Amino acid sequence: MTENCFHCGLPVPEGSAFAVVVEGEKRDMCCRGCEAVAQAIVDNGLEAYYHHRTAMPQSGRDVIPEELRKLELYNHPEIQKSFVITPEEHLKQASLILEGITCAACVWLNERHLQQLPGVREVLVNYSNHRARVTWDEREIDLARILKEIQLLGYSAHPFNAKQQEDVRKKERQRDLRRIAVAGISMMQVMMLAVALYSGDYSGIEESTKVLLRYVSLLMTLPVMFYAAIPFYQSAWRAIRSGQMNMDVPVTLAIISAFGGSLWMTLNNSGVVYYDAVCMFSLFLLTTRFLERNAREKSTEAAENLLKLMPAMATRLQNGEQTVVAVMELEVGDLVLVKPGETIPADGVVEQGVSSADESLLTGESRPVPKEVGSGTIAGSLNLEGPLQLRVSGVGENTVIAGIIRMLDRAQAEKPRLAQLADRVAGYFTYGLLVLTALAVVGWLLVDPSKAFPVGLAVLVVTCPCALSLAAPAAFAAAGSRLLKRGILLTRGHALETMSHVNHVVFDKTGTLTFGKPFLHQTVALADVDEARCLALAASLEQASEHPLAASFLYANKAPLLTVADAQNIPGKGVAGTIEGVRFTLGNRSMSAVTPAEELEGIPPGATVVWLCDEGRPLAAFALSDELRPQARAAVEGLKEQGLKVTILSGDSRPAVEYMAKQLGVESRYWEQRPEDKLAALQRFQQAGDVVAMIGDGVNDAPVLAGSQVSIAMGGGTDVARATSDIVLLTQNLTDVVQALETGRQSIQIMRQNFVWAIGYNALAVPFAMFGYIPPWLAAIGMSASSLVVVVNALRLR
Amino acid sequence: MNGVLIYLLGMTVFIVVFAGLGFFWAVRSGQFEDMEGPAQRILMDDDDPMIPRRRLKDGEN
Repeated sequence: MTENCFHCGLPVPEGSAFAVVVEGEKRDMCCRGCEAVAQAIVDNGLEAYYHHRTAMPQSGRDVIPEELRKLELYNHPEIQKSFVITPEEHLKQASLILEGITCAACVWLNERHLQQLPGVREVLVNYSNHRARVTWDEREIDLARILKEIQLLGYSAHPFNAKQQEDVRKKERQRDLRRIAVAGISMMQVMMLAVALYSGDYSGIEESTKVLLRYVSLLMTLPVMFYAAIPFYQSAWRAIRSGQMNMDVPVTLAIISAFGGSLWMTLNNSGVVYYDAVCMFSLFLLTTRFLERNAREKSTEAAENLLKLMPAMATRLQNGEQTVVAVMELEVGDLVLVKPGETIPADGVVEQGVSSADESLLTGESRPVPKEVGSGTIAGSLNLEGPLQLRVSGVGENTVIAGIIRMLDRAQAEKPRLAQLADRVAGYFTYGLLVLTALAVVGWLLVDPSKAFPVGLAVLVVTCPCALSLAAPAAFAAAGSRLLKRGILLTRGHALETMSHVNHVVFDKTGTLTFGKPFLHQTVALADVDEARCLALAASLEQASEHPLAASFLYANKAPLLTVADAQNIPGKGVAGTIEGVRFTLGNRSMSAVTPAEELEGIPPGATVVWLCDEGRPLAAFALSDELRPQARAAVEGLKEQGLKVTILSGDSRPAVEYMAKQLGVESRYWEQRPEDKLAALQRFQQAGDVVAMIGDGVNDAPVLAGSQVSIAMGGGTDVARATSDIVLLTQNLTDVVQALETGRQSIQIMRQNFVWAIGYNALAVPFAMFGYIPPWLAAIGMSASSLVVVVNALRLR
Repeated sequence: MNGVLIYLLGMTVFIVVFAGLGFFWAVRSGQFEDMEGPAQRILMDDDDPMIPRRRLKDGEN
């Protein structure tokens, strides 16, 4: 057990036979997936990856044939229309999102490998957002092949529609950068001249030189005034028009009055000019906003990476002919064909065929639901075994999923908006600030009119609510990037605030606490054939099957597979085949020669039992069940240690939920919960005064996720669940929940410190400025320093 | 005195305009899009097998 997997770093289970020769040495691997990935890396001459990497990758997953087949859909011209551009004839270009990148070496690996493929012209991976731009020659290679190759390396990729927000964001970013550059260059020049002017005041300076320096400063400040500072004016104008004060109002006031005053002095050749303050103020504000926005965009990008362009296509049957159409075009009454492994495109009724469907994402029930003529199907569930012909009964708005999404919208609207409060406070602060400035100016006009202008300016600049308004966002951004580094994506910054108050954590079961996939739990030999041999037989029989149970046999089996002759798939029942001259069947009870009296012991509730029989007698029984994620127990224990309540809310049956809950030591548990029941349960907790964090993955969890104060989704879950969540666990590691809650508490502490500092600084600086002890340039430095302290303090979180 | 200053400040304005244009060009050509990539890419080159301590252990391949 001391050995760790060479590829992914997880412990190698005892007796594991997976290994790959890397650079002449045999390295142990923890599973078949890692073995395949490492082998692919070695075969492609990319071993250098193991030298370069600074973080362990995800463990290799088994490449599931059905997933690979889904990739073929991306070759469909109708689907490609939305994300592929054709720069030249035969050349195609698409933006891909790479998933599973943990360090720079991963990027290198993907880039190198794709470049080696014939027909790939250019691959460019952006290290910071994990997006790749691939150009290929459609005569030599197709997109599905490229995506497949990425999958073989243990990553996954899906196309991304780069045309959407990304273009806008890129333009804005470039404009911001240009504004910063202009402000920066001008600021350096004006500062230099300002030093000359200030020192001239001490050591004496010719009047004509002074005039010259003033005019050159004016010239250098013009680009700042009329280009770099424009965003402040716009924002201030919008704020005034809508009657809601924001911090850009005093900023604009300070910039315009400082410039106007200085211009007046320059033209009249008298007094002091403040061009330096204008430039420094603008540059500093532009830079801090740029940095803050960058940090925010990084998590937006990561969030966008989760939204897949799912190829939503369906096969419509019309007059005996099959046509592939977009799901949007389906109408009620259409007849559609759903092949095994495909997603069911619409709500419908089975007209022909026998199969079973995986509806776990919608219902939380982990076992496949049998489907035969007359049974209803739910859009979004997965057809597992045989082909089905469906009569469409509901599309678009009328499907079960759409109903759940509507419920979700409602729950989302009821979510408390804490962020608004901070804005309102900043608004009051701004009013107060303007009143103070007016008081100072009027006061000085009565005492010494010549000092009224510099004092007013100093008050405006020194109190710029910069530090105050940065206090929260800086802490959120720093906490966000710290979490992101650990694979925890924060999609809504203000969730951190609520996280520190959470006292009740609610888990979904299927797909969250468990993998949501069946694993071979137990093998019981019933005859004279030993367990390993039975397993090898079963795996061999299942090798051609697409049923999810098949993958678990192949996963568990370590012996070489046997050749199967005359393989047969019996939908709804199982498989059969001839191995070494003997006819074997593998399937449920109806297919076996087992009498109901033969019951098995020690099988977890909710498990599926599959029987292996030869001609006449049962050889073995296999119990397959959904397994707990390895970190589930540690996560629950960690939460309990922090004094939090833990509850399980599941759509699964009572015995299955009780069994899992007992293993985890969770007393509070609810079973057979429909989405509306879950939401009701949640509301009960909330009415009792609990601040609830909900962790889920399925469509059925979406409304609860939206309704809870803090929602956490599994990265592998459905899009709807992820879209509703404040936090997404990209690495699917449950102990991250404990981490995230802790970071939430820390960031609130940092935020408090920041507020205390910002308010304290202002309270201290304002009187001095009002009584004329702070010249405008010192005010600008003070303002900058106070904001810097806030930002640096926030950076401690990283 | 002022003559020299005017000349020097004129030069400054000229250079500043060029610096600004140069930066604008750099922004437009996408040099600020990916701030990490180039730094990493230069370290991960294909010359690794040529570095003695990293030579593959089982011979030439």
